[in-house]
Amino acid sequence: MSAAQHNMSLSGETSAKLSTTQKVATGLGWTGIFIFCLAFFNPELPPTFLWSALTFIALGVIIFANDQYLGKSAGVKNDGIWFRSMTARGILAWGTGIVLTLFYIVLYWFPQYLGYNPDGANSGLVALFDPLSRLISGQPASQWFVYGTLYTLAILTFGYKFLLKYRHNKYEVLRTYSVMFFQLGFAFLIPEILMRLNQPYFNPVNIWPLNYDLFAGYKLSEFFSAGNIGLLMLFFGLASIFVITPILTYFYGKRWYCSWVCGCGGLAETAGDPYRHLSDKSRSAWKFERYIIHTVLVLVVVMTIAVVYSFLNENPDQFWLDKNVFLLGSVAFLVLLFGLIFIFKRHRLARDAKKGAIISLSIVLAIIAVFYFSGMTYGYLLRQWYGFLIGAAFSGVIGVGFYPIFGNRVWCRFGCPMAAVLGMQQRLFSKFRITTNGGQCISCGNCSTYCEMGIDVRAYAQKGENIVRSSCVGCGICSAVCPRGVLKLENGSLHGRINSDAVLLGNDVDLLDLIREQKKATRDPHSSPFNS
Amino acid sequence: MPTPEHVVIIGNGVAGITAARHIRRISDKKITVISAESDYFFSRTALMYVYMGHMKWEHLKPYEDWFWEENRIELKKARVKKIETASKMLFLEAEEKMSYDKLILATGSVPRFLGIEGEDLSGVQGLVSKQDLELLEENTRKCRSAVIVGGGLIGVELAEMLHTRNIPVTMLIREKAFWQNALPLKDAQFISRHIESHGIKLMHETELKKINGQNGRVRSIETSSGEEIECDLLGISVGVKPNIAFLEGSEIETDRGILVDEYLQTNVSDIYAIGDCAQHREPIKGRKDIEAVWYTARMMGETVAQIICGKPFKYNPGNWFNSAKFFDIEYQTYGNVSANPEEDEQHFHWEHRDGTKAMTIAFDPASSTFLGINTYGIRMRHEVFDRWLTEKRDLEYVLRHLRQANFDPEFYDRHEKEIFSSFKENMMKPQT
Ligand SMILES: Cc1cc2nc3c(=O)[nH]c(=O)nc-3n(C[C@H](O)[C@H](O)[C@H](O)COP(=O)(O)OP(=O)(O)OC[C@H]3O[C@@H](n4cnc5c(N)ncnc54)[C@H](O)[C@@H]3O)c2cc1C
Ligand code: SF4
Ligand code: SF4
Repeated sequence: MSAAQHNMSLSGETSAKLSTTQKVATGLGWTGIFIFCLAFFNPELPPTFLWSALTFIALGVIIFANDQYLGKSAGVKNDGIWFRSMTARGILAWGTGIVLTLFYIVLYWFPQYLGYNPDGANSGLVALFDPLSRLISGQPASQWFVYGTLYTLAILTFGYKFLLKYRHNKYEVLRTYSVMFFQLGFAFLIPEILMRLNQPYFNPVNIWPLNYDLFAGYKLSEFFSAGNIGLLMLFFGLASIFVITPILTYFYGKRWYCSWVCGCGGLAETAGDPYRHLSDKSRSAWKFERYIIHTVLVLVVVMTIAVVYSFLNENPDQFWLDKNVFLLGSVAFLVLLFGLIFIFKRHRLARDAKKGAIISLSIVLAIIAVFYFSGMTYGYLLRQWYGFLIGAAFSGVIGVGFYPIFGNRVWCRFGCPMAAVLGMQQRLFSKFRITTNGGQCISCGNCSTYCEMGIDVRAYAQKGENIVRSSCVGCGICSAVCPRGVLKLENGSLHGRINSDAVLLGNDVDLLDLIREQKKATRDPHSSPFNS
Repeated sequence: MPTPEHVVIIGNGVAGITAARHIRRISDKKITVISAESDYFFSRTALMYVYMGHMKWEHLKPYEDWFWEENRIELKKARVKKIETASKMLFLEAEEKMSYDKLILATGSVPRFLGIEGEDLSGVQGLVSKQDLELLEENTRKCRSAVIVGGGLIGVELAEMLHTRNIPVTMLIREKAFWQNALPLKDAQFISRHIESHGIKLMHETELKKINGQNGRVRSIETSSGEEIECDLLGISVGVKPNIAFLEGSEIETDRGILVDEYLQTNVSDIYAIGDCAQHREPIKGRKDIEAVWYTARMMGETVAQIICGKPFKYNPGNWFNSAKFFDIEYQTYGNVSANPEEDEQHFHWEHRDGTKAMTIAFDPASSTFLGINTYGIRMRHEVFDRWLTEKRDLEYVLRHLRQANFDPEFYDRHEKEIFSSFKENMMKPQT
């Protein structure tokens, strides 16, 4: 655009600079990472190196955060975000993105380069983590243990930074303690301790369909061979998605999971927080989001049905459940679910949502029919491909590797099937909404800019409408950064929750009634060319 | 098919754009919006966030660029130089002309200057337009210190902006405390303390007397108390005035702003004025004739759209409300809280001990009717206060039900009880 744009991006050097303390802290952090790099050369480092590397990294982040936020007034801390290379898609951001992406590629597909050796002693980086792994689970480390440790470290240390940054906002503080707790306890320690007790690896808060492997054949065998505990785990897994999740989402919206419990959400909210403004808010991104996330949901449903079908096929006499009964049961369940939604919520479904739902259901049913009539079991193949494309490439490489470029919730927004399920429910059967405050919005755009899910919050606020969007993870940041106190996340009555005919408060009341009527009349884009 | 009526709107600010959107929703008229400042509508209230690096320019646009074409609102970037009302013709720069059937003037404000010698030096500026923001970028490139004249809403924004670039700021404030021509003294002092806690130097009861320049740039200023302060930037934020210079010599009647009746019509038929540039001939009781805020600009836009589309509503805004933010402290107001109350208005003021939250409630001591509230650091529900004001609730009712009106995020500390008991202590005891 004009010269102004140019000026504005050049300026602000002062606020973008790091202080001396921050530089020292960054140096500490890099020293930790350097030790990890050193391990690649397999010099058989003593355990002290592991402890010191972890300590250096933690101290680096903590000292940095203290310098940045402590002793400063509590409040919105977004100064210079769009001036810094690291947070404004500059060279540092690209560099970080590329390094992260490479790390994920090695982690998923070439763990041997990290020193992982399933058949003997580990070497390199994985060997460096052996002492910690032995301490917790009694077994040598795997690449996943290394990853889990670093992941947890990131959530804890950047969680600390987030706590300082948003210390004026109790909602943010409690939510962050919660994700730190669930990551450390449930995602990291409990599964490892279960292994130590010779029980199946199980993270109770990693719920299907995010945990797409929960019903995979090998997992089912594990559960069934672990006796009552195994059955309990399987039962809990089923209850989580079919009972617990719907109830909690009804009362609190999908946020109870996405920004209070989930590990993916946890990383996005803590380590990913400096990148939340990079999400794409355009209408086209929204359209893309709806296609792709529901496609992933269809894939995971089909894949899961296929693996269970395969499992039953291979172990026909072991269970009371016949493979064909299972298929027919799945069909009945899906048809019933969709039928009920259509009967009770048709007035809430936009035309394209109905179309999408019917197409998705037809595809799933058609594929089930193929299984049924061909009797073929594609379970393993499908699982392998799903794992490769969605589990690894999408959620890991693109989801986290690209934080500094596309923002911190790319996976949660475009890919996560759990988010798709919770989102549908949030939109249709939940008490949660973001209320807008009368006529107070000044259209400044802070809310939209800092919405990590790319929701154009302002578009609703400046019309006086509540925000009831399936993708909203309830992070509360839009409300936190709004300079006029316009947004409030709350759980309330279902009546009037979605209020697309609302008007902005302030004007003559009769005039407002008229505008409300006019808005209702032109609401349907098919009867009116007006689009706002 | 008869050609639809052509509505031309001068000014793509919130007033003009609101009018355009509402006219489009209810009619098929041809709509053209002319503006010289920017290609697209942007949020003027958010200019500061671009300078502070919270947002980029593109984030200031409340609608995506496809919006205008999809809704058949034509945008024209040009300056209107002259209006010929007899022939219903607009003269744009570069010899262009445009005819209209209905004309809406929504030309907003320009900064007010003091008329002191030296205001034309470089480094002296106001902050209203996109161009002002660009100028500020230029002016603060190598700025070592700045002085801001005027303790108002734009002044504090300027101070916060400069503060993020580590530029030391001194503010000259004519009143005893910050924005005390609009806020009661205790509120104003509370805000002054907060601003000072951020390292801004406030000089109360001090005015600008002289500007000293060197090589065409501002070098220092002298205050009414005789002090000389060096500065590379002098921000003038003593208010804004309607942008009406281009109407000089036209038939359209102006005073300080463009004079309009209750139907927002000027003295010339088919010409209306809304937003910051409009001056109401007969303001509604208790309101000012020129109200240069976002919300009233929007409401005039909503109203004029109905008027133009054959639903003649008088401009009749509801209960007053407004909001602002002073560094970390959000401010909201509902109803009337006078800066200098007369005998028919009494105030109850509460402050939290941590100095970041406060509240002032105005009521009529005779009837104890609730008149209005200022809140600082506590968010309130507009809808609830609007209802209480319309229902003319009494003070006791408001205090007892304050919790219903709270709009703070979940889990925030509540202060209703403390406020209530503080009120009992201070107001209920017999005055001695
Ligand atoms: C820095 C700042 C912060 C503010 N913050 C707040 C706030 O927090 N809350 C609040 O309530 N209010 C705030 N205001 C006031 C609020 O922005 C204005 O009241 C509101 O924008 C007025 O809108 P408008 O449509 O009347 O005019 P404007 O937004 O000023 O739009 C007028 C447009 O018309 C154009 N124009 C004028 N003459 C011509 C011509 N001859 N030819 C072509 N184009 C022309 C101008 O270039 C301009 O683009 C703030 C103002 C400023 C400057
Ligand atoms: S809701 Fe708040 S943050 Fe969003 S545009 Fe409105 S005033 Fe700005
Ligand atoms: S709308 Fe608000 S609460 Fe929801 S995801 Fe976006 S920023 Fe978070």
